[in-house]
Amino acid sequence: MVTPTVGVLALQGAFAAHAAILESLGVATVEVRTADQLAPVEGLVIPGGESTTMSMLLERSGMLEPLRQRLADGLPAFGTCAGLILLAAEIRDGRDDQHALGMIDLTVARNGYGRQIDSFESDLDVAGLDTPFHAVFIRAPRVERAGDEVEVLASVDGDPVLCRQGAVLVAGFHPELSDDDRIHKLWLADAGL
Amino acid sequence: MSETTGRTTGTPLVKRGLAEMLKGGVIMDVVNPEQARIAEDAGATSVMALERVPSDIRRDGGVSRMSDPEMIQGIQAAVSIPVMAKARIGHFAEAQILQALGVDYIDESEVLTPADEAHHIDKWAFTVPFVCGATNLGEALRRISEGACMIRSKGEAGTGNVVEAVRHLRSIMGDIRKIGQADNAELFDWAKQLQAPLPLVQEIAETGELPVPMFCAGGIATPADASLVMQLGAQAVFVGSGIFKSDEPEKMAAAIVEAATHYRDPEILVKVSTGLGDAMKGLEIASLETKLAERGW
Repeated sequence: MVTPTVGVLALQGAFAAHAAILESLGVATVEVRTADQLAPVEGLVIPGGESTTMSMLLERSGMLEPLRQRLADGLPAFGTCAGLILLAAEIRDGRDDQHALGMIDLTVARNGYGRQIDSFESDLDVAGLDTPFHAVFIRAPRVERAGDEVEVLASVDGDPVLCRQGAVLVAGFHPELSDDDRIHKLWLADAGL
Repeated sequence: MSETTGRTTGTPLVKRGLAEMLKGGVIMDVVNPEQARIAEDAGATSVMALERVPSDIRRDGGVSRMSDPEMIQGIQAAVSIPVMAKARIGHFAEAQILQALGVDYIDESEVLTPADEAHHIDKWAFTVPFVCGATNLGEALRRISEGACMIRSKGEAGTGNVVEAVRHLRSIMGDIRKIGQADNAELFDWAKQLQAPLPLVQEIAETGELPVPMFCAGGIATPADASLVMQLGAQAVFVGSGIFKSDEPEKMAAAIVEAATHYRDPEILVKVSTGLGDAMKGLEIASLETKLAERGW
C-alpha cells in the first residue's frame, strides 16, 4: 500500500509546525508552493499566517484555480487560523481582493478577538476528545455565523472555534503549536488518510 | 461542544506564536499610512512603523527615538496586518507606551539610539512580544533570556548591503550546528564562551534550533538577497530602506514577498527579479561612520 501524501500549503506561515506533527503521525508530507506541487496531494493543510498574504500569493503563483478545483472535487482540507479564513464562505474585515474559497459555510471576522495583546491560551472541550485540548489563539478570527451543514466541535464563549463540514475541518486556534496531536488525528480520520 | 474555562494572555507560547505565523514572509519598514498600504497591497505579513527608515537615520544623524504615537495609530488604522514599532534599547518607558498603543510586536532596536548602556528591557514584564537583534548566538541567547520571542540577525541597517546580515546569520547558524555536535561536557564551555544561560544552550543541543523563530534584517535590498538569507537559515525577512528607497517600491515589495515564498526556486526568482528598476543605492561597510550593529551587547 502506498502511503498517502498530505500537502502543507507553504506560501507563508506556520507550515513547518504542521508538517512536523503529521510526520510524527507517520504521514508523508510535502510543502506546496506551486500548482505542480498541489496536483498529487491527497489532503491539504492550510496553516496559520497572514490570510491576506496567502490569498495574494495563491493568485500570483497560479494556484488559486487549481486549488478551487481540487477542493470542489472533494480534496480533504484542514485550515487553522488564516486557513480557516481562506476556507470560509464569507470574510468580514478582510481586504476587497481577498479570496474566500467557500468550502465551509462560515462567516468570519479577521482578528475578531483583537490585537496581539489580546491573544490567549485556553482549555477547550472538544466533541470526541476525552480531556480538554489546550488551545492557542493568536490574533484569531472570530466565527460570527455557522451554516446548518456545519458541525461545531468546540466553542469559546459561544463562538465556534473548531468546525467541520464533510472532509473540511477548520480551527480558529493553532493545534500545531500545542504539542498535542489529537486534532490532527481527528482530521486524518475524517479524511480517511 | 463546550465553553472555555478561562483565558490566559501574554504567555511565551502566545508571544512566540505570532512569530511562527510570520515565518516565510516579509516585514516592511514604513513611515506613514500610505507606505503601510503599499506594503500590505504587496503582501507584507507585517509592517514596522518608524519615523525614518534606517538609511535616512544614518544620513540625518541626531538622536533617534520611538515614533510619534499619532503616526503609529495612523498606520494601525490603515492596515489589517500586524503592526510593529521600535523602542530604544533599554527604554522600557517607550515600550510601555507602545504596548498601551496596542502594537503587535516591539522591536528593541539598535537602529534607534540606545537609552541604556548596560541593560536591555526586561521583556518578561510585558504582554506584548519583543523582537531583538543579534550579531552572534551569545547575543541572541541573552536576548531570549531577557524574554525576546523572536530574534533577527542585525545585519547593517540602512546600507542596502547584505554582507553583514550574511556574516551574522552564518555565525549564529554555524554555532547552532556546532552545538548540535557537542557532548554534554562541552555544553558547559559553550555556555561560558557565549556568555549565555546553560539551559538555553542545552535546548539548542537537543532541538538543533534556536528556541524562538530566527529572522533576518539589515541590508536586504533585492529578491535575491531575500532568497540568500533564507537559504542560509533565516525563517523570514525584515526589509527596511530596501523597498521605499528603490526605484519602484510597489514592484520591489511584491517581488521580495514572492522571493521569500519561493526562495529555493531559481526559475521563479528569475521571473520576480526581472524589470524592477534600480534597487536602493548601497553603501560599503568600510565607509560607515557608525555601525548600528555594534549597539547592544
